[in-house]
Amino acid sequence: MKQSNLKAWLYLLPAILFLGVFMVYPLIDVFIYSFEEGYNSASQTVFGVGWYNYSYVLHDPYFLRAVKNTLILVVITVPLSTGIALLISVGLNSIKPLKELYQTVFFLPYVTNTLAVGLVFMILFKKTAYTDGMVNLLINWFGGESVDFIDGPYWAKMFVMCFYTIWVVMPFKILILTSALASVDETYYNAARVDGTGKWRIFTRITLPMISPMIFYLVITGFIGAFKAYSDEVALFGTNLNAAGMNTIVGYVYDMLYGDSGGYPSYASAAALILFAIVLTITCVNLLVTRKGIRY
Amino acid sequence: MEKRTDFESIERSARIRRRTLKTVTYVLLTVWGLIVLFPFYWMLLSSVKSYSAYNGEYIPKFFTLAPTLENYREAFTAVPLARYFLNTLIFTVCTTAVMLAVTVLAAFAFSRLSFRGKNAAFAIFLSLMMIPAELVIITNFVTITDWHLRNTFWGLILPSVTSVFYIYLLKENFEQIPDELYKAAKVDGTSDMKYLLKVMIPICRPTVITITILKVIECWNSYVWPRLITDDANYFLVSNGIQTIRESGFGRENIPAMMAAVVAVSVPLIVLFLIFHKKIMDGVSRGGTKG
Repeated sequence: MKQSNLKAWLYLLPAILFLGVFMVYPLIDVFIYSFEEGYNSASQTVFGVGWYNYSYVLHDPYFLRAVKNTLILVVITVPLSTGIALLISVGLNSIKPLKELYQTVFFLPYVTNTLAVGLVFMILFKKTAYTDGMVNLLINWFGGESVDFIDGPYWAKMFVMCFYTIWVVMPFKILILTSALASVDETYYNAARVDGTGKWRIFTRITLPMISPMIFYLVITGFIGAFKAYSDEVALFGTNLNAAGMNTIVGYVYDMLYGDSGGYPSYASAAALILFAIVLTITCVNLLVTRKGIRY
Repeated sequence: MEKRTDFESIERSARIRRRTLKTVTYVLLTVWGLIVLFPFYWMLLSSVKSYSAYNGEYIPKFFTLAPTLENYREAFTAVPLARYFLNTLIFTVCTTAVMLAVTVLAAFAFSRLSFRGKNAAFAIFLSLMMIPAELVIITNFVTITDWHLRNTFWGLILPSVTSVFYIYLLKENFEQIPDELYKAAKVDGTSDMKYLLKVMIPICRPTVITITILKVIECWNSYVWPRLITDDANYFLVSNGIQTIRESGFGRENIPAMMAAVVAVSVPLIVLFLIFHKKIMDGVSRGGTKG
């Protein structure tokens, strides 16, 4: 028994080593960093211990802007993408010919490099001296005025950001919802049809309740994902997100850590922990609502 | 007589309703399909337009009559795109290989061996799944810097290896293999390692392939960690390369060349996806997320 114990731990050793060094230790360390005031990475010295880093971050206008941007992004993209994904999945589930083709096409954004495709979105939306860009051409067709979506007004930049985020998160949601819809037992539908139930009623009374756990799952993962938005914004607006006024919380963390304004792991840690607290709170609230909301 | 016509008209209107619903569905799906595909079409199209043609079009054209591969030559010569590809390939292959070894060993221990503290250890592993990468990346950055591993492949690979989720996925799959097989192998005097390699992995090959592909996608698209840990262009991965091209470009606003680079970066994964789309979609729906 002793020998087999040892052997088992040997099998686990690589995983434990990797997780210990790159996950468990950093997790503890990030708390320590966030309370160390005036940490200097060159001399490894600290002035004291306290809440100063948190207060600095919470009073930093860049951080507040990042929070605002992130919140707007979350509030717009999570419900919208879940709703559209539901619509598309219901559509997908009701057809037979070409279904697989559509499914494959819809999943394509998942496997593409978001930085690379983000560059294409930038080209499509950007207005330069040479061209108004593809999207502005469409707007002009419908009689609108050209807008610079990349360097222009705030709402335009926010629109591109939300649009691209939805484009990126859609494949996952469609995939999860189509498989959830497909797994609803056919007998419920047959029973309802025998009773002469209308289509809309079947959808709201049978389909929605049956797939509601999956919808809630998507809303929760959607919240978490949107709160962590960063690389999509870099792809659209460049690495200097503060200059573009489109920074996100995660972007703020990385900027504090590294880059032009970097070198402050303490501030970065404090900001990361604030983000973690926000996400954790919202996830818990979501879970509570879910527990009350799911009714079969 | 009257009743029959009534019945027919009801049926006809139902048929019409069904048909309009079907049409609306297809229109909706096609619209979304176009939104998904259009950026891909646009990058492909822009990448084969010549520099002068592209910049000459104040109103962009939806097609080109004189496609050119000049931009691809430019993309691979003006910036070290081939270098970025090689780096990404090395990074992806090494990370995935180490991840597989670590994952298989851990999943084997959790699924087949019995030892003290197994349940507690597994619970701790599972709880680690909830730790967001943003929280640990700060210390990892400091650790790798302290180890003087910035701008090395080790620095890129080591923190990217661990994936608790894959251990969990593989463990679940390993557990479905009947115990009798293991006992039979033990009676025959097969060692644990040999049993793992010759029996378990071949049986669970679909799952192993799935996690391999998911990891490859993750590696190919990773941006944040490589950006933090490399500032020497010799170690840039494709994502960082693309971003550099975007920031400093080809010396001028050479968008067609930029798009050629984008196409080159996107093609490998799209090909991989087209070959394995069933496996990838299956793997993702079993719990992969895009964080």
